[in-house]
Amino acid sequence: MRATRFPERARLARRMAGFMAHLRLNGIAVGPTETEAALAALTHVEALDPEDARRALKVLLAGDAEQWRGFDGLFDAYWFNAGRIRQGQAHAHVRTQSARPTLWTQHLGGPAEETGSDDATPGAGEGEAEGSDGRLIATRTANLSKRDLRDLMDEVSLREAEHAARALARAIRDRRSRRLKRSANGRVIDLRRTLRGMVAQGEPFDLPRRTRPTRPLRIVALCDVSGSMTVYARVFLAFLKGLLDADTSADAYLFHTRLMRVTQALRDHDSLRAATRLSLMAEGFGGGTDIGGALTTLVEQHRHALTGRTLVLILSDGYCTGSPERLAAALERLGKKTRRIVWLNPLMGWRDYAPVNAAMTAALPHLDAHLPANTLDALAQLEPEFARL
Amino acid sequence: MNRAELKRALSGVGYVADETLAMALHLALALGRPLLLEGPAGVGKTEIARALSEVLKTRLIRLQCYEGLDAAHAIYEWNYQRQLLAIRAEAATEETLFSEKYLLRRPLLEAISQEVAPVLLIDEIDRADMEFEAYLLEILSEYQITIPEMGTVTATTRPVVILTANGTRDLSDALRRRCLYVYVDFPDRETERAILQSRAPGIEARLARQIVGVVQALRREELEKQPGVAEMLDWAAALSGLGVNDLSDDPAALQATLVCLLKTAADRDACPTEVFARIVGKVA
Repeated sequence: MRATRFPERARLARRMAGFMAHLRLNGIAVGPTETEAALAALTHVEALDPEDARRALKVLLAGDAEQWRGFDGLFDAYWFNAGRIRQGQAHAHVRTQSARPTLWTQHLGGPAEETGSDDATPGAGEGEAEGSDGRLIATRTANLSKRDLRDLMDEVSLREAEHAARALARAIRDRRSRRLKRSANGRVIDLRRTLRGMVAQGEPFDLPRRTRPTRPLRIVALCDVSGSMTVYARVFLAFLKGLLDADTSADAYLFHTRLMRVTQALRDHDSLRAATRLSLMAEGFGGGTDIGGALTTLVEQHRHALTGRTLVLILSDGYCTGSPERLAAALERLGKKTRRIVWLNPLMGWRDYAPVNAAMTAALPHLDAHLPANTLDALAQLEPEFARL
Repeated sequence: MNRAELKRALSGVGYVADETLAMALHLALALGRPLLLEGPAGVGKTEIARALSEVLKTRLIRLQCYEGLDAAHAIYEWNYQRQLLAIRAEAATEETLFSEKYLLRRPLLEAISQEVAPVLLIDEIDRADMEFEAYLLEILSEYQITIPEMGTVTATTRPVVILTANGTRDLSDALRRRCLYVYVDFPDRETERAILQSRAPGIEARLARQIVGVVQALRREELEKQPGVAEMLDWAAALSGLGVNDLSDDPAALQATLVCLLKTAADRDACPTEVFARIVGKVA
């Protein structure tokens, strides 16, 4: 195929507008302002040198790490007719430098990368599924069939779960900020206002005060969608949506043998598109679980989501095919980076349930709370528990 | 100054920039846009600002961000103690009290009121909160600051703005759109060797190759805190201070110098003597 030459000015402007449209289609939010800026930038570089032009446009138009990594492919595709390169497919099992986010592969519906460690691969194929007598038995096959989540999304009855989630999100809002705000009975004297008062009155008659207002915790919710959790998946997805609706800073992930971020998909106002995006992401939905691996991925690749003001919410039954040591190590790392870890376990509500399996035993010391979540009522009753956290 | 000249000038002050970074700095200067540098800790993001200020022979004004950073620490504050004295001693009026004399300039105000455009480094912007980001956005688009008591201060010169971020928090799209962006990753073997060469010219080529090899191998291990370029340079300095000429010479001394590279207890445990000996053995 013949390489596209950079054409003369007017055609260049048109081609550039086309490039912007191409970027927009691929998830980079650019508009006319950027087109103009791009043309202006090209006057400052050797625009006839494709590598120079590529660097200039990359610096100008990429907005974050994911776009930065995807840009070269998009550039080649447009200016050199290379066609779309599905990077996620090619690199899925190649070990790449760690801490590499996988947003692109998520958007393209390709398989998310493994946690970035070679030793995860053997465990990934194991999973648990429900045996014929209803008990959980381990299988060695991950269920990679694509499950359509649409039927899990559009039911009215799920509103209750969303409602409970909103109440929870509200309950954990009260946290102290470090910023000072004016307040009638604060502890700190507001010198600026005092001085202004003194100019008029000569003496500090009024002592305006400042205090630390409360600021919300940020929620990061992880929902287990492996085989053993299938029956709860519906409710928990609604629950996640409720959390995201109530709190604009909340973040949601699904995991089974892999971890994927679903915040954007769940936030999508177009519910059909949201459902489509979710089902594209849900490869392996209903297969085995590797909680430790998923948490490791979270810590390594989504570090920006974890701060000292984050509450991590894990929705899982704790049946895990990964090693308990790995789970404990991941939770320990997670605990260092966040404020609280709360495990919502649907099995906790069952009579005579005790968290004695290896994974839960390993996990318990690292949890701030381990709470039941088997019914909608249980979810609704979590609110006071959360207020105490 | 074109890109190649800029790159040469940067290496003249001890900063080895790759083509993309040189392009970004060139565009930041040419277009007058802020430059956002993102990447893991220890890849030399802050260092870029220092090098640039040296190349441009101008001041470097640095604002370190943290949670709760507010206008009083970032933009300006009134000198209340002096104001109190002025009220007591001179019965100062409002005009005299809220004038230049009692104004404490903080980095952002300082940066826009310089004779020669300085380099303004806003370090770890993701540690600051959303509110501060909003302040910053306003300043970066208008280059002016409004002080209620005094009026608007407009920039005498436009500073070259460099922001760095580690990924503690997602930055707003508005800020990202205003900025040029570079993702700074750990340097590859060649670049890292060039950095070591320019910073520590006394180190022999063979030892330099080993040092870089070991550090690059360590980054591939599962560590909590991967050793950055700064750690690599520290380590090189430690080794040359101890008179080590070959890494395979003295394993015990080598193990002791690991404090320069591995900065958490977990990482030290993850890299016991045998593991480290294996890595050294591979590159030596």
